[in-house]
Amino acid sequence: MNKIALILSREYFVRVRKKSFLITTIIVPLVITAFYAATIYLSTRKSNEINKIAVIDDANIFNGQISSNEKTLLFTLIKNETETSFVKKYKDKGYNAFIFISGDSTKKSVYQLHSQSSLSLSTMETIEDLINSTLRNRELIANGINPNEFEKLNNAVKIENTIDTEEGSKKGFAEISYIVSFACGLLIYIMMMSYGTQVMRGVAEEKTNRISEVVISSVRPFQLMMGKILGIGAVGLTQFIIWIILMLTMQMAIPLFFPEVMNQMNNTSQISNENISTIAETLQGISSLPIGKIIFYFLFYFLLGYLTYASIFAAIGSVASEDQQEAQQLVLPVLMPIILGFVIMTNAVDNPNSTIAVFASIFPLTSPIVMMGRITYEIPLWQMALSMSLLIFSFMFFTWIAGKIYRIGILMYGKKISWKEIIKWAFVKS
Amino acid sequence: MNIIEVKSLKKYFASQKAVDDISFNIKQGSIFGLLGPNGAGKTTLIRMITGIFYPDSGEILLNGKKFDPINDILKIGYMPEERGLYKKMKIGEQAIYLARLKGMSKADAMKNIKYWFEKLEMESWWNKKVEDLSKGMSQKLQFVTTVLHQPQLIILDEPFSGLDPVNANLIKEEIFNLAKNGTSIIFSTHRMEQVEEICDHIILVNKGKKMIDGTVEQIKQDFKEDIYTLNGELPSEEISSSSFKVIQRSPKQLMLKLQNDTSTNDILKHFIDKQIKITSFNEVLPSLNDIFIKLVEDTTATRKFQEI
Repeated sequence: MNKIALILSREYFVRVRKKSFLITTIIVPLVITAFYAATIYLSTRKSNEINKIAVIDDANIFNGQISSNEKTLLFTLIKNETETSFVKKYKDKGYNAFIFISGDSTKKSVYQLHSQSSLSLSTMETIEDLINSTLRNRELIANGINPNEFEKLNNAVKIENTIDTEEGSKKGFAEISYIVSFACGLLIYIMMMSYGTQVMRGVAEEKTNRISEVVISSVRPFQLMMGKILGIGAVGLTQFIIWIILMLTMQMAIPLFFPEVMNQMNNTSQISNENISTIAETLQGISSLPIGKIIFYFLFYFLLGYLTYASIFAAIGSVASEDQQEAQQLVLPVLMPIILGFVIMTNAVDNPNSTIAVFASIFPLTSPIVMMGRITYEIPLWQMALSMSLLIFSFMFFTWIAGKIYRIGILMYGKKISWKEIIKWAFVKS
Repeated sequence: MNIIEVKSLKKYFASQKAVDDISFNIKQGSIFGLLGPNGAGKTTLIRMITGIFYPDSGEILLNGKKFDPINDILKIGYMPEERGLYKKMKIGEQAIYLARLKGMSKADAMKNIKYWFEKLEMESWWNKKVEDLSKGMSQKLQFVTTVLHQPQLIILDEPFSGLDPVNANLIKEEIFNLAKNGTSIIFSTHRMEQVEEICDHIILVNKGKKMIDGTVEQIKQDFKEDIYTLNGELPSEEISSSSFKVIQRSPKQLMLKLQNDTSTNDILKHFIDKQIKITSFNEVLPSLNDIFIKLVEDTTATRKFQEI
């Protein structure tokens, strides 16, 4: 046991001290967040400038007055000017742009915007919205409908879902469940793919460098294999923990560094109200989920799923080393169930109780990923129990088999080994 | 006292009998040569002694007790033929790591590494990485990591491959020193001239079977062919006799093989009678190399896969 810990810590520190680990773990999220912050910062700052826009309303859709509560766009109605005559003057009069609304509805473009430089997408949208709503309101009034009354009808329907379980009823949040499920499944998928293949490469490297035989004259081959698998698994966990901490810090740090962002959000009252309510709802949604249960299942499936696959990857790494292409060929059948699991998981978050989702969340080679897709929904106890015990069993089975293959594989040099031979080793008595 | 006793050890693989009923004993503090051509089963034999393989049948006793792979491998230092080190790891850290895998504490490991690094003039290597070392240098490091934990039994598989004569001598001296201090050494090779120089006792293995077993002197005696060299003032005419056969002749030297039941005194008498002045008369013992080649060529040198 002590020796596994020794190997584990070597594997762990060698990887954690690498530059590439530092880059992917710390710099990548920093760059992403910085980019994200910069976009927010730039987009909010730009809207602080006030654009003055003149309107020549030949069609008289505004009926002599423009009511807009936009703060960054200032609309002014201009009379006694034509499109051609005003083009020469609007710059001197201090307008950034002017819009000409033609009275002749047969013309190709009724609404023509002239500006000194191209306007931002949001400015264009605001102007379009303004004209659209004015036109709609005019139509409504003409038909005897109060626009305010109509606005109420226009509200989107919100369905509240209550889930009744044996422990009582609670509010359901389908969207949050979906996102949490998907994220958990995706994390396990990434973990298996990237760290599983790292185990394979690590074992192959040890074999190519001829260090394996030196080490196994001191420790059992199984200890070397497990030490490596656990060490790399610990690197993965470290990476996830750092990412989560970084994300949380960033989220709290952004408002501190860019107070404008928050102010801006508060100023645009309509949007911010909506935002606050979504944030509140998200928090409520997350807290409505059985967090403890999800974390437990996530850790269980992550741990056993990773260990199962990592031991298979280690066995493959021990068999094929000299030739990278050979490893690629051998690894393909192992990648298949992982990819398949991911595909089924993306479907299972939508249909958590479909036959295929249920089957794949019980079958041990796909269950670590697929079960995550169903994790926020109620899963019958027998399915959970069967899935978990099958995974524990397959973990023990594959580690045992992989240990036997590994023991022979790391001492075999310069020989091409087929799947048939590997299977023979797996079941030969030692 | 025997450090190790191997009793009718067998290990069969699917396609061949790698080790087929081999027994031998190694005395404590001796340097034991394990010889054999490529593919003879040396590595398999060693892997069983180091606990990497389990024998199909037979028994290994270490210090008179049954070999227990898990605990007893700590008493063994093994330098395999296919050897390597972690390329990206610093030399000092690597040595500590390998010593700790052998069950040493960090402080003890440090102490012994310092001792050996000083002795072999490697102190300046501490912070270098293995990839910066030459092949000979990493060989030296390899040797140090093998003996670091003061094992009772050291197994060296082709320890001098890749070493220049100066470093090879350095390592050879250390091997002698270790043996003098009571460490037993198994020295596996197919380079005979090194064996003659170093080993007290040898066995020769071929096709999984033990061919010879004994001290170097003993084996040479066993395989001698009654060949002698005679130096002196030889006459110009043909020398012939029924008691010996001339194998080689040069102006001042004669190499001859005794025939029938002639004794050396008869030969000397023959030359003395002829008034030939003799300056020296020596027995020529076969070199291990000759014995090796003779034995291995009798059986087919390249091993064929046998059915079992």
